[in-house]
Parts: sequence; C-alpha cells; structure tokens
Amino acid sequence: MRKKETQRDLFPGALEMMILRTLKRQPLHGYALVQHIKRMSDDLLQIEEGSLYPALQRLLKGELVKAEWGVSSTNRRVRIYKLTAAGTKHLEREVSSFEQMLKGISRVLAPGEL
Amino acid sequence: MKWMKQLFSRRRMYGELSDEIRAHLEEKIEELVEGGMSRKEAEAAARREFGNVTLMEEDGRDVWRWLSIENLFADVRYGLRMLGRNPVFTIVGLLTIAIGIGANAAVFSVVNSVLLKPLNYPKAEELVSLHQTAPGAAGLADFENGLLLSPSMYFTYAEQNRTFQSLGVWVTDTANVTGLAEPEQVRLAAVSDGVLQALDVAPAVGRWLSQMDQVPRGPERVMLSYGYWQRQFGGDRTLIGRNLTIDSRPREIVGVMPQGFRFVDTDFEIVVPLAFDRGKLILAGFGFHGIARLKPDATIAEANADITRMLPIWMDSWTNGPGTNPHIYETWKITPMIRPLKQEVIGNVSELLWVVMGTIGLVMLIACANVTNLLLVRVESRQQELAVRAALGAGWGRIVRGLLVESVMLGLLGGALGVGLAYAGVRFLLVVGPANLPRISEISIDARTLGFTLLLSVLSGLLFGLIPALKYAGPRTSLALRSAGRTTSVSRERHRARNLLVIGQVAMALVLLVSAGLMIRTFEALRTVDPGFTDAPHLQVMRISIPGSLVADPQQVTRTQNEILDKLAAIPGVTSTGFVSEMPMEGYDSDWDEIFAEDKVYSEDVIAPLRLYKYISPGFLQTAGTRLVAGREFTWSEVYGTRSVVMVSENFAREMWGSPSAAIGKRLREFSKMPWHEVIGVIQDVREKGVQEKAPEIVYWPPIMENLFGPGPAQAVRTVTFVIRSERAGTESFLNEVRQTVWSVNSNLPLASVRTMQEVYDKSVARTSFTLVMLGTASAMALALGIIGIYGVISYTVSQRKREIGIRLALGAQSGDVVQMVLRQGATMALVGVAIGIVAAFGLTQLIRSLLFGVTAHDPLTFGLVAVLLMLVALLACYVPARRAMKVDPMVALRYE
Repeated sequence: MRKKETQRDLFPGALEMMILRTLKRQPLHGYALVQHIKRMSDDLLQIEEGSLYPALQRLLKGELVKAEWGVSSTNRRVRIYKLTAAGTKHLEREVSSFEQMLKGISRVLAPGEL
Repeated sequence: MKWMKQLFSRRRMYGELSDEIRAHLEEKIEELVEGGMSRKEAEAAARREFGNVTLMEEDGRDVWRWLSIENLFADVRYGLRMLGRNPVFTIVGLLTIAIGIGANAAVFSVVNSVLLKPLNYPKAEELVSLHQTAPGAAGLADFENGLLLSPSMYFTYAEQNRTFQSLGVWVTDTANVTGLAEPEQVRLAAVSDGVLQALDVAPAVGRWLSQMDQVPRGPERVMLSYGYWQRQFGGDRTLIGRNLTIDSRPREIVGVMPQGFRFVDTDFEIVVPLAFDRGKLILAGFGFHGIARLKPDATIAEANADITRMLPIWMDSWTNGPGTNPHIYETWKITPMIRPLKQEVIGNVSELLWVVMGTIGLVMLIACANVTNLLLVRVESRQQELAVRAALGAGWGRIVRGLLVESVMLGLLGGALGVGLAYAGVRFLLVVGPANLPRISEISIDARTLGFTLLLSVLSGLLFGLIPALKYAGPRTSLALRSAGRTTSVSRERHRARNLLVIGQVAMALVLLVSAGLMIRTFEALRTVDPGFTDAPHLQVMRISIPGSLVADPQQVTRTQNEILDKLAAIPGVTSTGFVSEMPMEGYDSDWDEIFAEDKVYSEDVIAPLRLYKYISPGFLQTAGTRLVAGREFTWSEVYGTRSVVMVSENFAREMWGSPSAAIGKRLREFSKMPWHEVIGVIQDVREKGVQEKAPEIVYWPPIMENLFGPGPAQAVRTVTFVIRSERAGTESFLNEVRQTVWSVNSNLPLASVRTMQEVYDKSVARTSFTLVMLGTASAMALALGIIGIYGVISYTVSQRKREIGIRLALGAQSGDVVQMVLRQGATMALVGVAIGIVAAFGLTQLIRSLLFGVTAHDPLTFGLVAVLLMLVALLACYVPARRAMKVDPMVALRYE
C-alpha cells in the first residue's frame, strides 16, 4: 500500500528478482546484499536500503530463501540469507518471463517501423 | 499447519527483524565514519539512505500477518467492548436470544433424538415392520396396528420369502415371576426365531433364543433384560443355566440382552420364545407383530411384492378347519404395507413434534425481531461514532462487518447461555411430554444439537444484525456529523423498519395465540366427552393375572377373583368393586372376533363384522360409573352357572336392532358350536381407545364361559383389571391395604399397573395436553416479546419526538390529543399486524388440524377473541409511553435544543 509509492521506479517483483540473483552467487547478509545490488546497478536504480527487508520477509515466507544467524566480516551478528532450491527455480522462471517481457517491450519501443 | 506455527513464532520473528535492521544501520554508520564522516552526519546519512525504519519494519511484519483474520479479531475485541459499554442493552438482548435459542435447542434435541437419529440397531435402515392393511376386516384392522400377522403367516413368510435376511414375529405380554423376594408381574416379549437375528444386537451374556428353543413342549428357556438382570441378580454372570419361575413354571436362563436394548419401542424384563405348535396352527390368529431385516439390495417395494406373492401360498398351505374356505380372506383384501421400523417406532408423533418445532421457531423469529429493534435504536444512537469512523477512512464494508461481528457475538453469547437453558428445557419437556413419546429414553443433547445451536446462533446474529448494519452503515456521513447533538424529529422513513418488525411480531404472536386457543378449545371439548366412567380420581385400577399353573380350575379362578372383590369391598372407605378384562384407555391389545346374531342372515363366503369383546364382573358397571342403558347386569349365580347371557354396547344394539330396548332378549354367539347367548343388558358407549376415538361396538361376556373349543371344562378370564371405587384411591396407605388384602387371598399374585383412572385418562390425552402446554408456553413467550416490542418502539418514538410534542403542546394541543396521537400509531401497527396474522393463521392452523378435536381450524370464536385480546394488550403497551408523552413539559423539551 504505502510502500508502492517509494518503489514506483521498480515494478513489483523486480527487487526480489535481484535479491535472488545475487544470493545465487553467494549467501549474504542484508547489508552486504544491498551494497552489492547498488554497486552492480551502478547506482542507476533508486533503492531505499530499508525496502530490502520487507522483500526479504516476503521471500522468507515464500520459502525461496532461508536465513541463518551468523557473523559478518565486520564481526557483527547478522542474518545470512541463502537461496533454496525453490528459490533457484523461481528465479529461473522469473528471469525468463522478465526477458520475454523486456523483449516484447523493446520491440514495440524499437524505432524503424514507425 | 504452517500458518499456525508462524502465528505463534511471530513475536520472535519481529524481534529478529528489528535486530537485523539495527545491525544494518550500525554497519552503514561505521562504514561512513571510516570514510571520514562525523558520527552524527553518518547516522543521518544512514537513516536517509535506509528510508523510514518504522515503516520498513511494519511492512516486513505485514508479510507474516493473516490480515483478514486479524482484522476480525480486532472487530471482535471492539464488539465485546461495545457490548460491555452498554450493559442494559446487552443483558436484555442476551436474555432474549438465550431464551429463544435455548427453547429451540431443547425442542430440536427432542426432534433430533426421536425423529432424525437412526434406531439403536446395527444397520437400522434395513429393518422393517411387516405392516399390512385389510380394509375388508373391519374392526380387527382398524387401529394403528393394521392387520397383525398370524402364526401360520409367520411360517409361510419366513420360509418362502426372497427378500428378507431374517424375519420373525413377536408380541408383548405380562407374566408373574415368583420364587424371588416378592411375587412380581413383569413385562415380557415373546419372540419367534428370526426376531433377535433381525435386530442383530449381540447378547451381553450367554446366547440368543433361537430355533432350538421354539420347540413346543420342549425345554422352556428365557432371556433377561439388562435392567432386570442388574436389579434381580446384581449382574451375576454365573446365572446362565439357572432357572427362573415364570407363571409358576421353571425356565432356564440362557442369556441377557445388553443395556439399552428395546424391542422396537417397548421395554421388557424377560424374553421368552414363541413355541408355536405347527400341527395345530390355523390361518387365523392375527395377533403378532412382524419384524424383518431386508436383504441389503432389496427395496421395500420388492418386499411388498414378495409378501403379495406369498399371500395365496399362505391361504393354500393352511386352513381354519374342515368345511371352511381358506380363500375367504380374499374378501379382506390383505395388502402388505411394509414400512421402515423407524417409522413404526415414531408413529404419529412426528407431526406433533414438527408443529412444536415450528412454533418454537416462530418464537425465535419474534425474539430476533425484538433484538433487531434494540440494535436499530442503538446503532441510531451510535451514528456519530460510525460517521467519525467513516470520515477517518473506514470503508463501508469494514463498518458493516464490524456491526455484523458485534451482532454475531451477541448471537453466540446468547447461544452459549441458551445451551445451558436447553439442558433445563429438555428436562422440562421430558416432564410435560407425553409419557408414551417414542424413544423418550434416547433424548439427549448431542453433537448435532450443539451444531444446530451454533448455526442458529450465527444465523440469528446475522439476521438481526443485517438490517441495522445495512441501514446505517451507508454513506451518509456528512448528514450524521452535521446533525450530531441535535434531536430533530426523525423522518417517517427512519421508523419504517422498526414498524414493520413490530407488525411482523404482532402477526406471529397472533398465529401462536390462535393455535394455543384452538388447543384450549380442544381440551375443553375433550373434557365434555363422557368417556364411559365417572369420577376418575377416585377409581383405583390394577391388573391381576392368575396363571393356569397357579390355579388350574376355571371356576376356582373366578371364585378367587370374587373373593378378592369381596375382601377389597370390606376395606374402609371402599364403596364398591368390580373387574373387567380391560378398562377403557388402558391400551392393552383388545380381543376381536366375529359375532353372529340369531335373527340375522350371514353369508358363508364373507367374514362377519369383527367386534371387540370384553368380560365384566357383576358390580363392575356401578363401580366404574358406566351407565346401564337398558335391561340389567349379570348376577354371580348366572356367572357360576355359566348361563348363556351377554350384554352389548348401545351403539351395537342400535346398529343391529335399532334401539337399546329392542336388543333385550335377542341372542348372539361367536361361532357355530357356541350356544346362543341372550342379551340381558345394554351398556352406554365407552371411549375404549381414547376420548378422541369413536366408541367401538362392544360385546360383554360373563367372566366364565362354556368351553368354546369343544367338550371340556368351562373357561375363565384369567387376566383382569380390578376396579375399586374409593375416596382414598391413590393414597399409599390405601394401596398397602389393597396389596395385603389381595395377598391374604393368594400370596402368589402380583399387582401390576396400579393406577387411578385419572392417570390412565391423563396418559390417554397426553398428546393433546403436551401440545397445549407447548403452544401455551410458546404463545405466552410470543405475547410477552410482542408487548416488549410494541412498548419499546412506541416509547422510543415518543422520546425522539419529545421536541415536536413540546412544540405541539406549546402551540395549544391538548394532552388528550397527544395521547391519542401516540395510541393511534400503536393501534395502526397492531391492527395491521392482527390483520396479517389472521390471514396467516387461517392457513397455518391447517397444520394442526389433526391435533384438534371438537373445534374447526378456523374457529371464529378463537380467532375473534385472540384478535381482540391482542389489540387490547397492544394498546395497553402503548398507553404507558403515551402518558409519558402527555406529561412532556414544553419548556423543558425546548430548552435542551
């Protein structure tokens, strides 16, 4: 409801998809995760760091990721998230459907025939 | 149950989320500080980048919530708080609902236990009663049993059928058990092979009676009921093989039936086998109830066809003796009408119970109408609150849901209280209910009743919540907010719902009151019927049976009975004594046979009309108060001399010879070998089968008769009802003297069914009195609720119109005008309600037509009286608020504005 306003630049599910993709590479805790996403996107995406957490909760609830308490490189007690098998499958499906969508949108947007 | 685990581990998860977010912020701050920022700046930057911490936490938590349920919980909490805030409203509402639901649950538990639950046998749906009708056998097949089976029919059916797993016949009787503490008359079920097998309930101890016990003149055996086994033998399991003296003959005990086992709907103490002597059986002897278990794939229609097929086989296989035509029974038109055993057990009570259920349902509707009215008033006073909630963004649906949750809460709480009341109600029903209500021992509040109560609570909660919710939750916020605090006279439209409810209540109350009125008229009509005996409370009756094994000689039997009569008459306070084979309404199976008159011609091929016959002693008529219409009664010398005399009922005399006096001197007999008996007296008609039933034609024989079956000693009637006329009837001291007197004549004679005739009479009209009590109670409740409804609405209207009334008075209206105005409003509603009610009652009273006697379902007197009564009561209910309206002080009323 309210969060939609802060995420207007991302379509629903985009953040989750990026989280899953990042976790596929390696298990991370929340702070490292958001730093990674920001870095990778070259700060092109406006992501409120906090919005990561509701997204993570949704993924936890859907059992696409699991979390374990551990210690970070800076010696903090943090929750480290890991992709589950269901999460891997979900990611593949989402990515391929996203690519389909992107392809479709790009074709419409592509100059030439107009 | 993952969601449940989540529900309970949530608090921990929320904590973890907060910890995690805090760690995130710290890490960020640390990094920024390391990058050269001051701590303060770093904190601000971290928070800025993170966004709204609280919001993120909330959103994170929201993920785990089951929103609709949790909102519902919030509504429930809110609803409970609102109910608690207004205790008077809550208590009145709760009590109304609790009484309504309690009464409904109680009646439903009876309906459920008696009508809905299957019988207490394994695969009870396969059990059937071998009912058959015989329109040609007038009299014999008249009453509810139809034409019972004869032993020869049993053999044919049992051996030739294709549709039954097992089939048998049974009959109830009484027997004297001696040799234990006191002589006792016990209830006995005599069963053929096939009955226990069909019912299929394993014995608690020992074995069933079976074919090997059916051998005539073989070893005599007996089974006991669980209750009798416990009472007489303390549940001793070693009694199998021991002997019990029944009617002065030893019988070997072979088994005990388990607790709660009954024959169809009959309680018993002992079961004995029917040992028919095949060689001596004839076609006739229609005195046995047939019971059978259908083959799993057989239908009742197939079974009927099977019996129809076997009837000619039966007539070909047996005879009534040389020179008789076995196919004479074709004129009886015997037709099988097999019905489920359950229907046999329930009998005609289902209609009565559904009427009671419907009645109580109406009361529930009236109660709901009252609560709806209460809620309407309350919601109206809460308009501001609702408007504020709507203004703050609560959706229309959410407000409706909130109101509904509140009313359903009210329904559920009322239902919970109602269950408590239902337990008391069931006890009440068992007290007022007819003692002969079938399956009465099975009545209990079970899971189905509780489920019904729950459903009823929720439904009624929705029902009375829906109208106020829809009416006031609508989008009228601004209006409500603007007029807040000012009491303007409300528009007519606002009152319409309430007025309609009151009209409905009056109409329903009228229907119930008319029904109760009709039952009262029925009861009055029953009381004016002359049952054939007088002053029933002072008429003591009891059954005494003298078995042949105790006193063999028939003359001696009658002399013993005579001696008992004489000694009983000598007890202080006894005015006269007599005996009869059965008193009216006692409910014993009566004897029927063809009766021939000397001066009539009978066709060989038709069975003569069957007549009920009884035996009476000299002195009986005077004792019972039964009038002698013509002639005289028997004398003892005629009895002992086996003189050929007979008496008949008045309707028999009229049917045969036109008048009672014409009957005197005519001669009758039962069959050809019997000497002609001269009619010496005519007795008034007696309501043998109950006050509501037509009096049958009856032939009265003296207690000793020549042997009807050929040469040999005369025969005496051995089981009779003794009748004692005394002011002391029914008192314990009197009964003690009676017992001692009987035992002084023969100490082996038990006394059974010791009652006053009033008790017999009451039992016979129990169905009517039960209906009367139930309809009376229901209509009293309806009337009370209706009055409260009218009173509530009128007084609320008056309080709402206080200002208007004040203005009227200030402008010069007389207080009488004000009273009239208020009364007119009430009277209009009552009148419309009464009119609708009369139309509805006109149709609905048809449903209780079969319960009425001596009054039509459209009795104008009842309708008129009830309508007037209801109008008066309604006006009275309006008068109190009207007087209050009259006393409105214009100054006070206007000052508050």
